[in-house]
Amino acid sequence: MLEANAVDYETSIPNNVGLSSDRRVLKALEKWHPGYLSWWNEMGPEGFQDSLVYLRTAVGVEPGGWAKFDYVRMPEYRWGVLLAPKEENRLIGFGQHKGQPAWQEVPGEYRSMLQRLCVIQGDTEPASVEQQRHLGATAPSLYDMRNLFQVNVEEARHLWAMVYLLQKYFGKEGRSEAEGLLIRRSGDEDRPRMLGAFNEATPDWLSFFMFTYFTDRDGKMQLESLAQSGFDPLARTTRFMLTEEAHHMFVGESGVSRVIQRTCDAMNQAGIENPFDIDRIRALGVIDLPTIQKKANLHYSLSLDLFGSEISTNAATAFNNSLKGRYREDKIEDDHQLINATYPVLKPVNGTFKLVDEPALTALNMRLRDDYTRETDSGVRRWNRQINKNGIDFEIRLPSVSFNRSIGLFSNIDTTPEGDSLTQEEFLSRQDDWLPSVDDGAFISSLMEQVTEPGSFAGWISPPRIGIDNKTGDFEYVRLQ
Amino acid sequence: MRVNFLTDPSKYKHWKLNVSSERAELVLDVDENGGLYKGYELKLNSYDLGVDIELNDAVQRLRFEYPNVKVVILKSGKERVFCAGANIKMLGAASHADKVNFCKFTNETRNAIEDASQNSGQIYIAAVEGACAGGGYELALATEHIILVDDGSSSVSLPEVALLAVLPGTGGITRVTDKRMVRRDRADIFCSTEAGVRGARALEWNLVDDIVSTTKFNELVEQRACEIAIRSDRPNDQKGIKLNPLKLKMENNSWKYSAVKVDLDPKLGVGEITILGPNEDAPDSIDQLLEEGDGFWPLRVARELDDALLQIRFNELEIGVIVFKSAGSPSEVVKYCDFLQKNKGHWFVREILLYWTRVLKRVDLTSRSLISLITPDSCFAGFLAEIIFASDRSFMCEGVFEEFDDIEASIILTSCNFGGHPMCNGLSRLETRFLGQQEMLGDIELKLDTPIFAEQADRLGLVSASCDDIDWDDEVRLFLEERTSFSPDALSAMEANTRFAGPETIETKIFGRLTAWQNWVFQRPNAVGDNGALKLYGTGKKADFDKKRV
Ligand SMILES: [Fe+2]
Ligand SMILES: [Fe+2]
Repeated sequence: MLEANAVDYETSIPNNVGLSSDRRVLKALEKWHPGYLSWWNEMGPEGFQDSLVYLRTAVGVEPGGWAKFDYVRMPEYRWGVLLAPKEENRLIGFGQHKGQPAWQEVPGEYRSMLQRLCVIQGDTEPASVEQQRHLGATAPSLYDMRNLFQVNVEEARHLWAMVYLLQKYFGKEGRSEAEGLLIRRSGDEDRPRMLGAFNEATPDWLSFFMFTYFTDRDGKMQLESLAQSGFDPLARTTRFMLTEEAHHMFVGESGVSRVIQRTCDAMNQAGIENPFDIDRIRALGVIDLPTIQKKANLHYSLSLDLFGSEISTNAATAFNNSLKGRYREDKIEDDHQLINATYPVLKPVNGTFKLVDEPALTALNMRLRDDYTRETDSGVRRWNRQINKNGIDFEIRLPSVSFNRSIGLFSNIDTTPEGDSLTQEEFLSRQDDWLPSVDDGAFISSLMEQVTEPGSFAGWISPPRIGIDNKTGDFEYVRLQ
Repeated sequence: MRVNFLTDPSKYKHWKLNVSSERAELVLDVDENGGLYKGYELKLNSYDLGVDIELNDAVQRLRFEYPNVKVVILKSGKERVFCAGANIKMLGAASHADKVNFCKFTNETRNAIEDASQNSGQIYIAAVEGACAGGGYELALATEHIILVDDGSSSVSLPEVALLAVLPGTGGITRVTDKRMVRRDRADIFCSTEAGVRGARALEWNLVDDIVSTTKFNELVEQRACEIAIRSDRPNDQKGIKLNPLKLKMENNSWKYSAVKVDLDPKLGVGEITILGPNEDAPDSIDQLLEEGDGFWPLRVARELDDALLQIRFNELEIGVIVFKSAGSPSEVVKYCDFLQKNKGHWFVREILLYWTRVLKRVDLTSRSLISLITPDSCFAGFLAEIIFASDRSFMCEGVFEEFDDIEASIILTSCNFGGHPMCNGLSRLETRFLGQQEMLGDIELKLDTPIFAEQADRLGLVSASCDDIDWDDEVRLFLEERTSFSPDALSAMEANTRFAGPETIETKIFGRLTAWQNWVFQRPNAVGDNGALKLYGTGKKADFDKKRV
């Protein structure tokens, strides 16, 4: 018998859920595995499947020392099933089942709702791998290439995490959903991934950084609220996923920050003060700050859509049934049932926007989105301090929540990034001022060239301050084959 | 109070059964003070559930205990009244669930009367003297021949709409239009006229088959009985099979009959009915069968299952899901099927087969979610396999399960699955299941009399899901937990609609249309509100209707 929480590396699938004695799930996972591998080979990082990549692999679930680093060929990566340690006698913290023991099995009553939550979360994980599969070819350094692959293998592990839940707890239907996760493809017209942002292209590295900063953070918020779930296996799974997710946020935030740094350095060296002197700045081979702003506008607005409608009965039901909590539910002080509570929701009213009190239960998506915006904003402020320190007069701003939206209260309204209403024609005629244009894309693409010399970086991005796993600057993070 | 369905003529309060050779008289003489519940008197030969439980018993006994009876004459033991129908005070006071259950049971009994006339050569006629109103006329409608005395006052009527603001919901309207084929405007007049129709007009409109003066009444009844007896194919000199009281041991939530057991889980709202396969070999001869009598396994199972279903319906309202299981050898069951099939010309065998048809219809019509679990130890073969096809969902064990050694779950179909036990819609359960895919039936028929294992059963569409031992427990648990979390009303309504694909018959119209409308009316304030007609009946006050049409 394994010690609680110990990770078993003997079975083909590393895990801390006692798979070797769970014939049922082991069989199901082993049956799913070949399909997964062919998905990885077909849809994973293109052209680098034989390379040795310096990756971290989770070897435990306790904070501190949960991962080890080594060279791995990605198809041989040991994707495992890891749940955060079980909290003995955990009680459900919110909703109508508050105070009852957390469920160790799926209550039949909530089967389809829980299954749907797992499937939607599970669908995003492989989607991002698919979106990013061409990026290796234009990696600005081995360091960045390795980070990309690290994010990719971990997103794939998150797929495993959800597949484990589906197979362990949702029977036959769960297994067929697990198959479905391998069948849908990002951007495919016939079988698209379930959520909009996960069908958008990730055409260049700035998009990748923006994606991991903005879109992965939506994932983080969703995981945070699932980590509160009354269904304990889901809570434990997502809690462990969050430890990995921190690195993805870091890749995004530091990536954008390094692009900004390089641009500032180049401007200062060339003596260009005006950040809007775009042609001259671009001539230096770096990405001008206004274009970075446009990318942020795009990714922020797409990510807001992922939170769903501001007023949502689905969200209310999931909360009320103790399936999906709020961000850091356990740190909030209230009744955790929201029986009479209200929450201010920004709504378009007669051409302006007003905060209107809505029943807090139905406004849960709005609340999670506000938590998201707060977090996102703090990173943006760090970027601005950096620009400021470099003596450049420019500020990156998050656009209004009304800007460029396809879902929710603002989906039928066109506004400027500042939130001023526009007609659709006005919006179309000016959208290139606010969102990356074809030309912007072409320019960025022209900068994207693979750099494979250890310690070297493409001209449009600064080196990181410190290496991964404390490695020195010239460390060979990827051994290309 | 628990309702008990087991009785026999020595205990009847309301009926007398007089048998002489090929003729029986069923005489309704209701004991006014013998109501099943308190608070009403059963005046004017009106009936409640207790009266109908006795009728159900009598109809059943006539078929098994009196093989030589060819004609059954329904008549009244009271002067100047045949039957005033269901007791209104009882209906006014009953809960909605009780009304609905009562109505369904009385319908099933009337169908059993028609089944006897039409399939078993035991033909019912109604000899009507005096008022024959509402449920009383509905009872007469269930017979094949209605003789009405023409005395200037005796009438047949369906006064429900005019008097009580409800429907004649025990088949009344449907039998008027579809069985007796009364023209629609005449039916409209008849169903909205409190006083009903008498004499020549009743005959002209085909509401009755004969009218006759008081003095000639007995003579005509006698004559018609003789004529009708000639049509019967029942035997002349056979000994009946006594239906002895069922042996039932009830302990808390576990009921044990001889070949059926019931285990209730009130917390989850699930009741398991397990049918135990035969312990003894199928008989080799009719003599041996007759010797076994009511101990003959298929008959025992039918009677016990019938009783279990009725008890769950009336006494276990919160059991929302019935899980059918069976335990035994499918091939042994097949031997019984073969025996029955080979001897189906014998009156007793015919009665057993027809009884199974009625019990299976009772399963179809039970407003609970019906689930079959086909495990390696189960014996769903032949008529028992019909239960799978009567279920809303069926789960079958695939492959070997540890606790069952090397036996795999199997189903065996026999010829009785292909028309032997039709549903209310006149089709077999398999025909109904594969409506529009008749070619599937051909594929299935190729498997006649051979064990069908899970994978194949799944492929042939005979079960909803097959699960190996890895999935079984979880699939079943999740399904039951989910099912019991849904609204019972929505489920009853949904199931009533998914179960009966295919053509309409008088029976499907009665259970689907007439009853659904009746149950709607039963919920409406115009009938059951404080100022509704049903509530105010007998108080002298006039109902105050909300005039809005809905
Ligand atoms: Fe992820
Ligand atoms: Fe991520």
